[in-house]
Amino acid sequence: MELAIHTEVPESAPGLSVAASNPHKVTAKSVDVYYGDKQALKSINLDIPSNMVTALIGPSGCGKSTFLRCLNRMNDVVDGCRVEGEIKLDGENIYAKGVDVVHLRARVGMVFQKPNPFPKSIYDNVAYGPKIHGLARSRADMDEIVLNSLEKAGLLAEVRDRLDAPGTGLSGGQQQRLCIARAIAVEPEVILMDEPCSALDPIATAKIEELIDELKENYTIIMVTHSMQQAARVSQKTAFFHLGDLVEYGDTQGIFTNPKDERTQAYVTGRIG
Amino acid sequence: MTDQLSNSERIQAGLARRYRAEKRFRLYGIIAVVLAVGFLAVMLSAIGARGFGAFYQTHASLEVTFDEELVKDKDWQGIVKVAMRKSFPDVKARRDKRKLYKLMSSGAGFDLQGMYKADPELLGQTRTVWLPTSDDIDMLMKGQIDRVLAEDDRRVSDKEITWVDQWIASDRIELQFNTRFFTGGDSREPELAGILGAVMGSLLSLTVCLALSFPLGVMTAVYLEEFAPKNKWTDIIEVNINNLAAVPSIVFGLLGLAMFLNFFGMPRSAPLVGGMVLALMTLPTIIIAGRAALRAVPPSIREAALGMGASPIQTVTHHVLPLAMPGMLTGTIIGMAQALGESAPLLMIGMVAFIVDVPAAFTDPATALPVQIYLWADSPERAFSERTSGAIIVLLGFLITMNIIAVFMRKSFERRW
Amino acid sequence: MYVTPARRAKKAVEAVIKGILITSSTVAILTTVGIVASLLFEAMRFFGEIPFVDFMFGTEWSPQTAIREDQVGASGSFGAVPLFAGTLLISAIALAVAAPVGLFAAIFLAEYAHPKLRNWVKPILEILAGIPTVVYGFFAALVVAPWLRGTGEVAGFDVSSESALAAGLVMGVMIIPLISSLSDDVINAVPQSMRDGSFGLGATKSETIRQVIIPAALPGIMGGMLLAASRAIGETMIVVMAAGLAANLTANPLQAVTTVTVQIVTLLTGDQEFDSAKTLAAFALGLMLFVTTLVLNVVALHIVNKYREQYD
Ligand SMILES: Nc1ncnc2c1ncn2[C@@H]1O[C@H](COP(=O)(O)OP(=O)(O)OP(=O)(O)O)[C@@H](O)[C@H]1O
Ligand SMILES: [Mg+2]
Repeated sequence: MELAIHTEVPESAPGLSVAASNPHKVTAKSVDVYYGDKQALKSINLDIPSNMVTALIGPSGCGKSTFLRCLNRMNDVVDGCRVEGEIKLDGENIYAKGVDVVHLRARVGMVFQKPNPFPKSIYDNVAYGPKIHGLARSRADMDEIVLNSLEKAGLLAEVRDRLDAPGTGLSGGQQQRLCIARAIAVEPEVILMDEPCSALDPIATAKIEELIDELKENYTIIMVTHSMQQAARVSQKTAFFHLGDLVEYGDTQGIFTNPKDERTQAYVTGRIG
Repeated sequence: MTDQLSNSERIQAGLARRYRAEKRFRLYGIIAVVLAVGFLAVMLSAIGARGFGAFYQTHASLEVTFDEELVKDKDWQGIVKVAMRKSFPDVKARRDKRKLYKLMSSGAGFDLQGMYKADPELLGQTRTVWLPTSDDIDMLMKGQIDRVLAEDDRRVSDKEITWVDQWIASDRIELQFNTRFFTGGDSREPELAGILGAVMGSLLSLTVCLALSFPLGVMTAVYLEEFAPKNKWTDIIEVNINNLAAVPSIVFGLLGLAMFLNFFGMPRSAPLVGGMVLALMTLPTIIIAGRAALRAVPPSIREAALGMGASPIQTVTHHVLPLAMPGMLTGTIIGMAQALGESAPLLMIGMVAFIVDVPAAFTDPATALPVQIYLWADSPERAFSERTSGAIIVLLGFLITMNIIAVFMRKSFERRW
Repeated sequence: MYVTPARRAKKAVEAVIKGILITSSTVAILTTVGIVASLLFEAMRFFGEIPFVDFMFGTEWSPQTAIREDQVGASGSFGAVPLFAGTLLISAIALAVAAPVGLFAAIFLAEYAHPKLRNWVKPILEILAGIPTVVYGFFAALVVAPWLRGTGEVAGFDVSSESALAAGLVMGVMIIPLISSLSDDVINAVPQSMRDGSFGLGATKSETIRQVIIPAALPGIMGGMLLAASRAIGETMIVVMAAGLAANLTANPLQAVTTVTVQIVTLLTGDQEFDSAKTLAAFALGLMLFVTTLVLNVVALHIVNKYREQYD
């Protein structure tokens, strides 16, 4: 299996990882999340390695999205949501005082379950992030960023001659790749994806999976998925959540072939879900 | 690349500017809300401050003798004059005397007439009574006329002020509750003008309006929501109702004038016609609210009733309508509140005349409260501006009450299925 | 199946009830027909005396004065352009006030305000909509106009005591709640996923609002503006009480102008012989008013409905 190559990178051997000094791009330490009085996540400890795809799986309502949204502080805008504990990005607590969410979200991009292109042209959709962050110094610069991002998202060939067409006019799969292009246009370090393929047909899904596999060369990817096959196909690490607990975390292969916890086993074999 | 900045540095560099823009944007929003709320506050307090005075009227205490001669001649104002002369024995010159009489309202005599009618025993007797002063003295007492101004620039002469001051010194002038304002019809004299005529006119119009628009509105809503097939015809009705809701109110007035008055020959200035015009105007509001209320009744209720063998009409009248009624009534009250505040269409059908008598029938000539406000607002007297504001306070009082009832109904009948 | 007489009677009653329901629902149609018929009929009589072109394009409006004594029916000049211009001027001022204030208030309440604050402020804005226009008119004439005049004097401007500005400003305030509630509706109809998408890229709230939400809500907002414009054009009492009677053709907001509705009221209140060109002119003006507001409403409702469908 191809995955094996990547999953070889062990947590215990930092020297071998890409980011040699710190193999863990994101580390969560005893993270508790509450919506009002209700606890959605219970003391989560999770270290996510760089330049890999980490899959978050688990039954509906177990807190996968909640965890994902903690990583770029998207929960800040949710009324009554409270996050306790520590989440570090490159060793820096993103919930510390003085951390700027705008800056953080430029470093940690996000792709959503339902493709949500803005009601703007394809070009402007991709240019949106660089524009608000002031990343392009000139029109030519911006063109380069946009074309590059579309290229990386594997969409350029399909839309090259209609960059001025509205982004909402694309097919679902194209829209989702547009959203990926939009996210990578600001050159984030981490890309969060919440069930990016759940609204897509199998062919579009295959394209996105392929894309994710390519993107991991340059980005750390954390994705939520409900599809066991998808997790097995594209991820190197898998975390299994259940009722707000992180039950098991490890190499994807290990989780699927030799789960330690019986809840994990029940889930991956389709007995709970 | 000439620019060595990393993305991260670029973002960092722009942050301060972006947060300033954020603050500014938020500030615009706050300014907008403050402007709107501030205007409301200024308007209401300006009107409130002015109008409150209308509920009080300056009265002077006079020693009145019901002289047999004068009573026989029905010269009630003459009695007042005699009393005034008695009050100010020093005033001798003819011109001054005439001025002196003007301190009192021309309505003071009416009060005496009323007293005498109620108690004919008064004949020949002397009584101390409080009688209304003229509007100028009223304004002076309320501080609306600036005593410091040059004599020519104010409506009250120095002499009159001295007289009033004598009254004040002897505690014989004071502000009393202005009963007349609530019990009287219109008058050319501000101190005699009351809103009862206008309130009755509004009440009569609204009665007609309610009697027409409520059943029509409910039946239309029921038909459209429960029975109408989805076809061109019902589409037309639907579009028509939505557009009717946005037709300027004055156009309804034109309709009333051309149709009801000129074509059908109905009486001008009558609350009957006013109510009909207002009914056509509020109909869309009631229909739209009624349909919303019917739509809020879950289909399961209809299915259950039909399943038990009720006919479609029975289902609606026995099961659906009772549940939708609170919502419909709420919409109706809101429609009535709109109708109560409406004046433009009433101007078109002649409910804008100077009418002293309080209307008692649907065909009596009448005005309505908002039209009375319009009429008084046009009068130059300072005191009328006060009455106008007073009438506005009363009108707003009615509207607030109606809206509170509507809110209360909505709250207490709110159901969750 | 055997049908008892009782059953047949019940059927008949139901049919009658249904008939009554159908009849009542035609009242709304009849109202429209009545409006159109009476306006058209009287306006036609008017155009029989005064040529349509003179009315639509004439720049002189003085219905009171006779041009030639001997000529039957011709009792004045009926060029309505100054009225149209005056109506537009006052409506434009009103929209210039109401559009930014209403829109920003809606944005603030929808996106920034604490729910508690929102629950307070929204009903207060609705009060503005519930106040009868005669009250606004009184306030405009009694407080705003003199204040503007005084301020103008201090600043060295000659402000008419019946300036278009006073009427327009106050009318603008009256329209604020209309714009803010319609804008609020359309802003809330923009799906949360749009906001998430923008926030997820690191946009600030104002960037999201300006560059994503407003563009997405623009059709709905424009529809709301058109409805507001239609409302302003048809508003009567504020202008009757605060705007002038003289038909000046000017774009200067500090001067007095008159409007279509003001003239309708002036022509039809007071003594009137119903057949004179003077009174018939009111119906011609009414027809213009009706057609204009109808077109605005139809277009606005169309835009708004289309917008709603987009996010359903
Ligand atoms: N905004 C919110 N307010 C209150 N509770 C919430 C909110 N969002 C999520 N929750 C609750 O938190 C728990 C975790 O939700 P979350 O969305 O993280 O689940 P999930 O694992 O992503 O589920 P799914 O697979 O269905 O997307 C759920 O019980 C949910 O009801
Ligand atoms: Mg989820």
